[in-house]
Order: sequence, then C-alpha cells, then structure tokens
Amino acid sequence: MHKSWWKITSVVLLVYTFIAGFLGNVPHLPLLQETIRNLYFHVCMWFAMMILFTVSVVNSIRYLRTFNIKYDIYARQYAVMGIVFGLLGYITGAIWASYTWADPNKAAANSFSTIARDPKLIGAAIALLVYFAYLILRDSIQDMDKKARIGAVYNIFAYAILFPSIWILPRILPSLHPGNEGNPALDVKNDISGSMRLVFYPAVIGWTLLGVWITTLKIRLQLLNEKKMSA
Amino acid sequence: MKIISKISLLFPALLLSLFGLAQGKPVQMADTMRSNGRIYVVVAVVLTILTGLILYVARLDRKISRLEKESN
Repeated sequence: MHKSWWKITSVVLLVYTFIAGFLGNVPHLPLLQETIRNLYFHVCMWFAMMILFTVSVVNSIRYLRTFNIKYDIYARQYAVMGIVFGLLGYITGAIWASYTWADPNKAAANSFSTIARDPKLIGAAIALLVYFAYLILRDSIQDMDKKARIGAVYNIFAYAILFPSIWILPRILPSLHPGNEGNPALDVKNDISGSMRLVFYPAVIGWTLLGVWITTLKIRLQLLNEKKMSA
Repeated sequence: MKIISKISLLFPALLLSLFGLAQGKPVQMADTMRSNGRIYVVVAVVLTILTGLILYVARLDRKISRLEKESN
C-alpha cells in the first residue's frame, strides 16, 4: 500500500469514533435520548458527501483547464463516492427520524410517509437525483472527450444546485430537522456539548478519509483499465 | 498473508461466542463486558464489523498495487 499514513489515520479515527461514540458522555435530552449518538454517524455521512462532491467539482474544473482525461476520471469517482455517502446519510436519517419525530402510536413505516415531506429531506433527495443524472449523462456518451467535457460542465451545475437544495431552501422553510436557527451540529450552545465535539470532529475526518481511500482504489483501477485499453 | 487476515477476522468472532456460552451462569462476575447494560458487547460487535471491512479494503488496496506493478 502506498502513502499509507492517512489510511492509518482514517482507521484509528474510526476505531476511536466507534469506541468513544458508544461509551462517551452525551447530554440527556428528551426525545433524542441515546439516539443523539447518531451525530457521529448520520451527520458525518453528509459532511463526507459534501467534501467528496467538492473534490469532484475541483477535479472537473481542473479537467476543463487542462483537458487531461485523468481529472475526468477523478471527478467521476469522487462523485460516485459522494453519492454513496449521501444515500447512507439519507437512509440513516430516515431510520433516526422514524423514531424521534414520528408519532409513537403509529408504526414507524407509516409515519415515514409524513416525515418524508420535510423540506430538508426533499432538498437532499433533489441533490442526490441531480448527481444520479450526472452519472447517467456522463456514462451514456461514447466519445471520450465529449463525455469528459459535458460531464465536467454538468458537474459544476450539479454542485451549484447543492447549495440551494441542501443549504438554503431547507433553512427558509419550516422543518423538523435541527439547524434552522444556525449551524446544525456545530452550534455549541444549543446542540451539542463540548465532549461530543471531541468525538464528532475526528469522526468527520475519519469517515471522509475512508471515503477518499475507497475512491482512490476505484480511480487506480479505472486508470489501469484505460491503460490496458490504449495499449 | 491471506490466511493471517482470515484468522485475524475469526478471532473476535470466537471471543464473542465465548461470551455467549457463559450466559447461563447465575453468578454475576465483575466483567467489563457485562456492565453498563452490556454496551461493551455492542462496541465489540461494531468494532468487529469495522475491522472486517477495513481489512477487506486494505486487501483490495494491496491487490491493486500488485496489478499496478505488473502493468508497469
């Protein structure tokens, strides 16, 4: 394995997250109870997604500046990993919400249909669908250069859509999801205690690095494939 | 190398099954795995899954490194 120090960092931080995440002290809040520990898992998925999408769009811009096909492959694989984290964040959020926002007298699956109308969830769904469209668009074009160029331009639009759909619109509309008043999960006074931040920040870094690790594997495989095709 | 990583995966599984076997005893011993509502058992399970996944990714990494070396 080459350049493995950050891979080891990722593993160490994740092990720390899982141990401290379950055993550490958390504030006792009504309704949330022990589920507040989901902060180390559910919220980190979205942080990792945002970082991976950012890396993806940076690579798309690099492609458009240099027309080096390598950057197009980077951009695509980072976008895929971002989507994976986004889906995991969506699913874990669905489970969490079903047991904290939902009517306890109804089955969790029944109340999900009402929860799913929450603006934050719709915004996240739109963002993910826009990225699905990026994959479909890019992968359906046969010509290598055209594929890379159109894909890169679309990726920039997709990144731009992220901001209204997950950062701005859900904060304007009333929502059950925390964060309308400020920065969700980062607000020390209202949301989380200092001891939780000691786990939360390392968790974000650990999850993100794991995502980057898996992405680099896919990139290396793809580059090997390209090499084989051209040889 | 493969065998070693497989054995290392088996180890936590064996440990866990040992804890499972000891359940019938009436005497409560001062066992960390049994305190705090047995949350430590959950931690052990989750850590086992995490180790398994990380070992899998690390092995993939090594395999791809080998492929890269071959193609150069």
